[in-house]
Amino acid sequence: MKKYVLQRIVQLIPILIGITFLSFAMMHIAGSDAIYELYGDKGAVSQEIIDAKRAELGLDQPFLTQYLAWLGGFLTGDMGISYISGRDVFQTFISKLPATLLLTALSIAVTVLISIPLGVLAALRHDRWIDYLLRIFSFIGNSLPNFFVALLLMQLFAIRFSLFPVIADGVNLSSAVMPTLTLAIAMSAKYMRQVRATVLEELNKDYVLGAKARGIRGRVIVWKNVLKSSMLTILTLLALSIGSLLGGTAIIESIFMWDGVGKLAVDAITMRDYPLIQAYVVWMALIYVLVNLITDLLYRFLDPRIRLGVQID
Amino acid sequence: MIFGVLAVLLILFSIFSEYIAPYDPYMQDLVNAKAPPSAAHPMGTDRYGRDLLSRVIVGSRASIFSTLLLVAVITCFGTAVGIFCGWNGGWLDTVLMRISDMFLAFPGLVFALAVAGILGGGLQNAIIALAAISWPKYARLARSQTLAQKENAYLKAAKLSGSNTAQIILRHILPNILGPILVTAMLDIGTMMMELAGLSFLGLGAKAPTAEWGSMMSDTRSLMTTAPFITFAPGIAIFFSVMIFNLLGDAIRDYADPKYRGR
Amino acid sequence: MELLRYDHVDISYNGVPAIQDVSFTLEPGEILGIVGESGCGKSTLLKAAMGLLGDQGLVTRGDIWYKGLNLPDLPDKVRRTINGPELGMIFQNAGTSFCPIRTVGVQLYEALREHEAVSKAEFQDRALALLDKLGFSNGMRILQSYPFELSGGMQQRVGIAAAMLLQPSVLLADEPTSALDVSVQKQVLEEMLLVRKTFGTAIVLVSHNISLIGAMADRVLVLKGGKTIECGTVQQVLTSPQAAYTQALLAAVPRLRRG
Repeated sequence: MKKYVLQRIVQLIPILIGITFLSFAMMHIAGSDAIYELYGDKGAVSQEIIDAKRAELGLDQPFLTQYLAWLGGFLTGDMGISYISGRDVFQTFISKLPATLLLTALSIAVTVLISIPLGVLAALRHDRWIDYLLRIFSFIGNSLPNFFVALLLMQLFAIRFSLFPVIADGVNLSSAVMPTLTLAIAMSAKYMRQVRATVLEELNKDYVLGAKARGIRGRVIVWKNVLKSSMLTILTLLALSIGSLLGGTAIIESIFMWDGVGKLAVDAITMRDYPLIQAYVVWMALIYVLVNLITDLLYRFLDPRIRLGVQID
Repeated sequence: MIFGVLAVLLILFSIFSEYIAPYDPYMQDLVNAKAPPSAAHPMGTDRYGRDLLSRVIVGSRASIFSTLLLVAVITCFGTAVGIFCGWNGGWLDTVLMRISDMFLAFPGLVFALAVAGILGGGLQNAIIALAAISWPKYARLARSQTLAQKENAYLKAAKLSGSNTAQIILRHILPNILGPILVTAMLDIGTMMMELAGLSFLGLGAKAPTAEWGSMMSDTRSLMTTAPFITFAPGIAIFFSVMIFNLLGDAIRDYADPKYRGR
Repeated sequence: MELLRYDHVDISYNGVPAIQDVSFTLEPGEILGIVGESGCGKSTLLKAAMGLLGDQGLVTRGDIWYKGLNLPDLPDKVRRTINGPELGMIFQNAGTSFCPIRTVGVQLYEALREHEAVSKAEFQDRALALLDKLGFSNGMRILQSYPFELSGGMQQRVGIAAAMLLQPSVLLADEPTSALDVSVQKQVLEEMLLVRKTFGTAIVLVSHNISLIGAMADRVLVLKGGKTIECGTVQQVLTSPQAAYTQALLAAVPRLRRG
C-alpha cells in the first residue's frame, strides 16, 4: 500500500517536468513576453529600460537556460517572483487558493445534494412522469452554456431582486451563492443523468431480485445495496469534477470576479507572466496525480473485488 | 429522425443566414441605437444600432460552422492517432497515450484558455486550442476499438491473404470502428459549441465586430441592467442549437446502441 | 392439507403468454420437481409466487394460494413478510443474488433484521449454528466472505443456508445446480435433502434435467411451452410416461437409479 502511494508520487516527476517544459515552450513559440505586455508598444518607455528589465528577469537568456533556471529554483523551493506584480509567486498562488477551494467544496456539495436524490428518484420512477420531468430538466441543464446561466442568475438574483452582489465583494458566502449555483446547475444536470443510468443498471442486477426474495424493504435495497454499488462509478466522475474545479473555473471566476486560481491563470496567461503560469501548471499536475491517486485508493477501499484482486466480469 | 431534420435545417439556416437576415448585421445606425423591440427591429438594436435579430441569425454561421469544423478536425485527427497507436503499438504508442492521458485529466477549458491565450485570440485560434485539448478522447476510443478489431480472426485471414496494412486499415478496421466514433462525435457537438462560445465570451475566440453568439453576449453584458434581452438573445440561440444537436446525438446513440434506449 | 396451490395460472410477459393454465399443489415436506426445456416457463412459475415477475410480467388469470393468501395480489407490505420467512428462494447463480460489494454475513443479518428484531450477536449465533447443522465446517469464514470469494458450489450451498436462516416452510429452487460441475452438484442436492430432513421444508425443484428430478423429487410436473404436459408421482411419470414429450425427455438422458 505504502509502496503503491510512493510509486504514484514518483510518477509525478516526469509529468511535472514534461508539462512545465511544454508550457514554457508554448509561451516562447508564441513570441510575445511579459515585458511587451507590461509596457506595450506605446513607446513611452525607452528601449534601454525594456532591455534592462528583460536582462533583470533573465528573459534575454536562451529558452533552455530560462527553463533550467526556473526548474532549479523550483527544486530548491523557490518559484520565483511575478514578472508583473513583482510579488512572490508561491505566496500569490496560495493566497488565491482558498477562494477556489471554497467554490469547489460548495458546488460539489450542492451538486451531490441535488443530483443523487433526484437521480435515484428518476431511476425508481423509471418512465413515469417524474422521470420524464427530471430528464427534461437535466437535458436543459446540459444544453445551457455556463456563462449564460451565470448571466441569467445575475439578472434574476442580483439585478432584479438584489439578493446577492453582482460581482463578488470578496471571498464570502453571499458572494459565493451565484457562482456555486451556476456550477451546480450544470454539474447536477450531468450527474442526475449519470446517477439515474447507473442506478437503473444496478436495479436490473440479480442481487436486487435476491434481496427481494429475502423480503428486504425497497428502501434498504436501494440505499444500502444499489446506491453503494452505484457510488463506485459516480465517485470516479466526482473525483474528475473536483479535479477540474480545483483547477479553477476560468469563465465563472471571471464573470463573478471570484478571486481564485482560475481567474489568476487567465490573467497570468494574458500577461505572459511565466513564473505564475508555471505555478499554475504545477498545481494542475499536482491535482492530476492526487485525483487519480485518491480515486484509486477509494476504489480499493470501497470495492472488495479490487481490494482482494479479483477480476470483475 | 425529427432531430436530424431539425439539425439539417439549422445548418442550412446558417449557410443562408445572410439572405435570411432582414438587415446587414454589421450596418451601424447610431440614431436607432439600443432601440427596444419594434416592428422594424423585432429584437431591437444593440448599442451601435445594429439589428439584433440579424446579428443573431448571422451569428449562427460562426457558431455552428466553427463547431462542426472543430468536431470534424478532432474526430479525424484523434481517430488517425488512435488507429496508428492501436495498430503499431510500441514506444510511440506509449508516449502518445501518456500525453492523451494528461490532456484527459486536466481541466479542459482552462487548458484551452492557455493555448488560446498563447496563440492570441481569434476564432481560428480558439478552434486550434479546443482541438488541441479534445482529440485525445477520440484517440483513446479509436485505439481501444482498433485493438479489439485486431484480435478478430478475419483480420488475420486478410493479412494472410496478402492485403497490405493500408488496405486492412481502410477496408476492415475503419468501417468497423467508425460507428462508436461517429456517435461520440455527434454527442460532442453540443459541448464543443458551448466551449467555443465560452472562449469567445472570454474574448479569446471570435473578435468584435464578427457576429458570434458567445462574443455578442460578452459585448452586450454592460446593457444587461437596462436591456437584458440584447444579452440573452444570443444565449437563447446557443441554447437551442446545442439542444438540437444534443437531441440528435442522443437519438443516434440510441439507434446505434439499443442499450441506451429510455436511459 | 397443501401448503401451496397453483390454480389454473396464466402468466404473460408484455402481453405474450408464458404460462397457460398450470395447476399443481405442494404438500408439507414434499419435493415437487418441475421439469422442462429452458424457456418453457419453469422459472416464471416460481417468480410469480415470489412476486419477482418485474414490470413486464403479470399473472393474468388464476390464483396462487399460500396459507389463505393469494400471492399475486399481495400488497408490497405483506409480500415482504412472506418472502423470506414463509417462502425462500434459491437461484441458479446464488452468488449473484447477493450484492457483490458487501459480505455474506452483513447481508444475511440485513435479511434477518428485516423480519425479526435480533441483535448482531444473536444473529451470529443462529447463523453459525445453522451453518454447522448444514455441514459447513468454517461458518465464521463464510459470513466474513464476499460472495465472489466462494466457489460456485459453495455459493449455491450458502444460498440455501441463507434461505433457511429465515426458516421458510417452502423452498423454491430455480435450477440450483445447473451451473455446477457434476461432482459439485451432488453436494448441493444432498444439502437440499438435508434441509428437508432437518426442517421438514417442502421444496419446489425446477430443472431441465429429468434424471436429477427423478433422483430428488416425490412428484413431477412436466412443462412444455408454458403448458402442463404431465403430472404425477415420480414412479408414474418416470416408469410409465403417458405423454410423448416426457418419453422424449427420458430417452434423451441416461437413466439414474433412484437411491
